[in-house]
Amino acid sequence: MISLVEVQETNKMIREMNLDVRTITMGISLMDCAHTDMRIFNQNVYDKITKSAEKLVKTGEDLERQFGVPIVNKRISVTPIGIAAGAIKTDTYVPVAEILDKAAKEVGVNFIGGFSALVQKGCTKGDRILIDSIPEALAVTERVCSSVNVGSSRSGINMDAVKLMGDIILQTAIRTKDRNSIGCAKLVVFCNAVEDNPFMAGAFHGVGERECVINVGVSGPGVIKRALEEVKGQDFETLCETIKRTAFKVTRVGQLVAQEASKRLGVPFGIIDLSLAPTPEIGDSIAEIFQVMGLEEAGAPGTTAALAILNDNVKKGGVMASSYVGGLSGAFIPVSEDHGMIQAVQRGALTLEKLEAMTCVCSVGLDMIPIPGSTSKETISGIIADEAAIGMVNNKTTAVRVIPVIGKDVGEMVEFGGLLGYAPVMAVNSFNCANFINRGGRIPAPIHSFKN
Amino acid sequence: MKGIITVLGKDSVGIIAKVCTYLAEHQVNILDISQTIVQDYFNMMMIVDISGATQPFENLVEELQQVGEAIGVEIKLQHEDIFNIMHRI
Repeated sequence: MISLVEVQETNKMIREMNLDVRTITMGISLMDCAHTDMRIFNQNVYDKITKSAEKLVKTGEDLERQFGVPIVNKRISVTPIGIAAGAIKTDTYVPVAEILDKAAKEVGVNFIGGFSALVQKGCTKGDRILIDSIPEALAVTERVCSSVNVGSSRSGINMDAVKLMGDIILQTAIRTKDRNSIGCAKLVVFCNAVEDNPFMAGAFHGVGERECVINVGVSGPGVIKRALEEVKGQDFETLCETIKRTAFKVTRVGQLVAQEASKRLGVPFGIIDLSLAPTPEIGDSIAEIFQVMGLEEAGAPGTTAALAILNDNVKKGGVMASSYVGGLSGAFIPVSEDHGMIQAVQRGALTLEKLEAMTCVCSVGLDMIPIPGSTSKETISGIIADEAAIGMVNNKTTAVRVIPVIGKDVGEMVEFGGLLGYAPVMAVNSFNCANFINRGGRIPAPIHSFKN
Repeated sequence: MKGIITVLGKDSVGIIAKVCTYLAEHQVNILDISQTIVQDYFNMMMIVDISGATQPFENLVEELQQVGEAIGVEIKLQHEDIFNIMHRI
């Protein structure tokens, strides 16, 4: 029998601790839309997306009411356009991005991910057209998100792509300079990208996935933070145990919503992503968890260890709660989307270098970091190369989502709006790395890649 | 199908009566009630059977919320699954 205490606990988690299901993402394969004619391809894509996701938003809203738990985002991910659109005889995929945007608006989702290319080992013709189309595509669309995978532990790092992406990020920033270079907030450069990630901007529907699938991303930094406040000052074992127990409960809610959504939509359930994705709201912050753990600010010595503890125990708790755990699963450490991180940067506790160190143990990487608009494309490529190397050598996903804000310099505040938040522009090491980046070619895979 | 109703707010005369009247009018059967009052705050949980309800679940959620607003308390109806899945392995 359900007890009053349990009911109160669940509802307290929802009402006061920001427990929510962060996103239901429908993955849709566009493989069967291929055509040499752009017009026909676009029609196929539009029809398939609007038909498959017709009831997605409504179903999400129904589940929200039924269980009384907020489901914040309903989104779509599609087959990387660099692959799906490969047959089209064209030199730009901007019209494809526009049709994705139109389809997203039609079904009412707030983001559609998959304007992507997987070029860890090399570029096909389609991949190259896609990458070249990114700056304009992100400037003329509202809801389209883009990602490029430039490296993996198996194939090394494609340094030609790394070099190119430095320029593409800068071009994207320039194209959207009237809106604080917001285009870059919708663009991620990955190493070891995962194919079932429901979180934007890096979501795409991998080629190993089925026709259509429902992935769910759970969140809850607020819930973990409040749980840790109860055990303040106690030893690490208690700390870990508390995170595990809370992550378990949070994940179970995600599992319930995922199964129910999958049943109602008649679409198979894919994975639960156990990530802790913060929001700019006070109390829903990863940095605040560090403070409860005993650090004055995020970035203080001990932060990397604190993040490692958090990530590992979230996974341990979550894995017990659902058999199909996937995606990125771990704590996100974006700057602009996390109230406590913004404060840490403002107080000078957190630097880009410390964030890079933290990415060795977090779930993704350098995320939502505004940098000076005057940063050179080679420097951006250098940042990408460093981050990709961390991912490649450590067999983990890493990513870079930096925003060179055109016209702004270190310390100036930038507002991106909504869930994307706001942040001060962070300093970048400006010593030159051009000769290193301009070598081009490919960094070979590390020795431990030969597992077969 | 079972639902859990929680009522939270400042205590006053007739809260239970109002909620129960609404439930009776819509063929919702009450299976269990537990209630506490802590420092003038009224806190009630009901387990109800809604398989014979005259309204779809979503409408009940909304109308109960309105009943609550009219008498100044927060009334929430949720599917029991969310509690079962969270607290039972």
